[in-house]
Amino acid sequence: MMKKVLILLVSVVIAIWFLSPVVLIVISSLTPSGEYYNPSRILPRSLTLDHLRSLFVTLGGWRATLNSVQVAGMSIGISFLFGLPAAYALTRFVFRGKNAIRLGILLTRSFPVLIIGIPLLILYMRVNLSDTLLGVALAHTSMVLPFVVLISSSIIGGVSVEYEEAGMIFGLSRFASFMRITMPLVLPGLAASAIFAFIMSWNEVFVAAILTVGNRTLPAHILNAAMNAPDYFKFAAGTIMAVPAMIFIFFTRKYLMSLWGISLK
Amino acid sequence: MAEVSIQEVKKYFGNVKALNGIDLKIEDGKFVVLLGPSGCGKTTLLRCMSGLEKVTEGKILFGEKDVTNYAPKDRNVSMVFQSYAVWPHMKVYDNIAYPMKIKKFDRQEIEKRTLDTAKLLGISELLDRYPVQLSGGQRQRVAVARAIVLEPAVLMMDEPLSNLDALLRVLMRSELKKLQERLGTTTVYVTHDQVEAMTMGDLIAVMREGVIQQYGKPEDIYHKPANKFIAGFIGSPQMNFIDVQIKRKEGKMCLVAPGVEVECTPEIAKKIESGKHDRLIMGIRPENIHHIAGKESTTIEGKVYFTERLGAETIVHLKVGDMRIISKIAGDEIFEEEKTMNMYVDTTKIRLFDPESERSILD
Repeated sequence: MMKKVLILLVSVVIAIWFLSPVVLIVISSLTPSGEYYNPSRILPRSLTLDHLRSLFVTLGGWRATLNSVQVAGMSIGISFLFGLPAAYALTRFVFRGKNAIRLGILLTRSFPVLIIGIPLLILYMRVNLSDTLLGVALAHTSMVLPFVVLISSSIIGGVSVEYEEAGMIFGLSRFASFMRITMPLVLPGLAASAIFAFIMSWNEVFVAAILTVGNRTLPAHILNAAMNAPDYFKFAAGTIMAVPAMIFIFFTRKYLMSLWGISLK
Repeated sequence: MAEVSIQEVKKYFGNVKALNGIDLKIEDGKFVVLLGPSGCGKTTLLRCMSGLEKVTEGKILFGEKDVTNYAPKDRNVSMVFQSYAVWPHMKVYDNIAYPMKIKKFDRQEIEKRTLDTAKLLGISELLDRYPVQLSGGQRQRVAVARAIVLEPAVLMMDEPLSNLDALLRVLMRSELKKLQERLGTTTVYVTHDQVEAMTMGDLIAVMREGVIQQYGKPEDIYHKPANKFIAGFIGSPQMNFIDVQIKRKEGKMCLVAPGVEVECTPEIAKKIESGKHDRLIMGIRPENIHHIAGKESTTIEGKVYFTERLGAETIVHLKVGDMRIISKIAGDEIFEEEKTMNMYVDTTKIRLFDPESERSILD
């Protein structure tokens, strides 16, 4: 009994620790400007959507949001196109240097994307990719792809190879067996890792800011536009950034947990 | 249905020689068991036959057709996997029907065959369920139904009973055997369980270290094992092995060890003469050592060390010299520990092995 109360107490403290900034950001983004600068008030008497609206409409936030979605979509697409076959090979086949390759893939994550940002910009200027969404998407792919390979390989490894072999015995080619037997079984896991990849791209700001001028993704755009604006715009921007990610994670939390090897019984 | 012929098949995984020159002929319609301890290559051989594994060298023929380089799907084989591998995202009906859907059978044919096969295996009322809702035994029936619905040329089973509890295993053993007899499908069955092999197989191929040690009828494998390994692997409790010297007594040939004196039958004596051995390994199955004198005059003298009373039979462990000899006696009897006993050996049933090659010298 005492133990339960203690666990509950600790959970509440941790939740407050992580949630209170988010709650403050959301509340501040909804506070009318007059009340925001009133030093005698902590909580506003009324809420308004004005800041969010003007950030989206007047400050070009809507276009930036669309850009972000496109960039994330492209980098997820490319990552899975190359990442899935790699993950399959790493899981299902035995070959020389397999562990070295796995380690190599992991090592690419140890380079901060920030470091390759400037060289990448120079390269992009030569091949006409600078200030394009595809360019940003490719840079994000370099960040997302290793993640997709490693996570997918553990998800595929979770499906017994005998299901697939049964498919091959009963009339399917290896590829068809993967698509028709294994795919339906790994789809929920892959969807969760795709959403995680989406959030990685959605939140990435530095490379996006370096590589683009006109076609900015949402975080890069906010860095540029909202940071020179009054505080409540900054908070509105924070809300726009945080809410979609939180909603996604809320709906896929079960899968994300299992991706990281925590089992929920 | 087809005859299977395996010729000089080798399979290497890197430096590991999983199969080391396998020759095996399986007649059409026979039930052949691949038997051996784990790591002997029996599953690898089965996978090579199915096409899931490519052979390094050699040929595999189904009938006249060389299928060595065929993909599994083009071999017209089917398999019951150890884990059953019943697809979890399909209902039982779809699991059974799927192989036919892949091969584009028309819908009525699919439905008819699925229902017939389900009925044959007694799973008609489960067709609407998902595999997670089934017990192990039911899942296995689904796996078998899926494997036979297409009437494959060769039906393969990879330790299909090892995940069932003991009672169900005995039941399924007879059911699978009956089913195979009824269908007449050439069947290859992998197991490490000698009881399964003995009771189900028309023929048994005993394997060790990637080589087939003996291929023959169950009774021949049991009564005439070709070498010491097979003799020890088949039968429970294990065959007794005794290092014996050959001595002559009053013109008769005797096999002698401390506490042991076995008089040879004339046939066996002749075999020993022709082999010019002076030492041999004698093998006697526990059930061929009796505690009541019959017509045998030859004896083992030892002290009772330990008794296992199983109800229908009693297993007596004897200390003979510094050896341990096990005897299986019918009926429930009590033997006092440390009591000295004279045991009688059925000399027609002894096996003799060369101490170096460990091969039988009798056949």
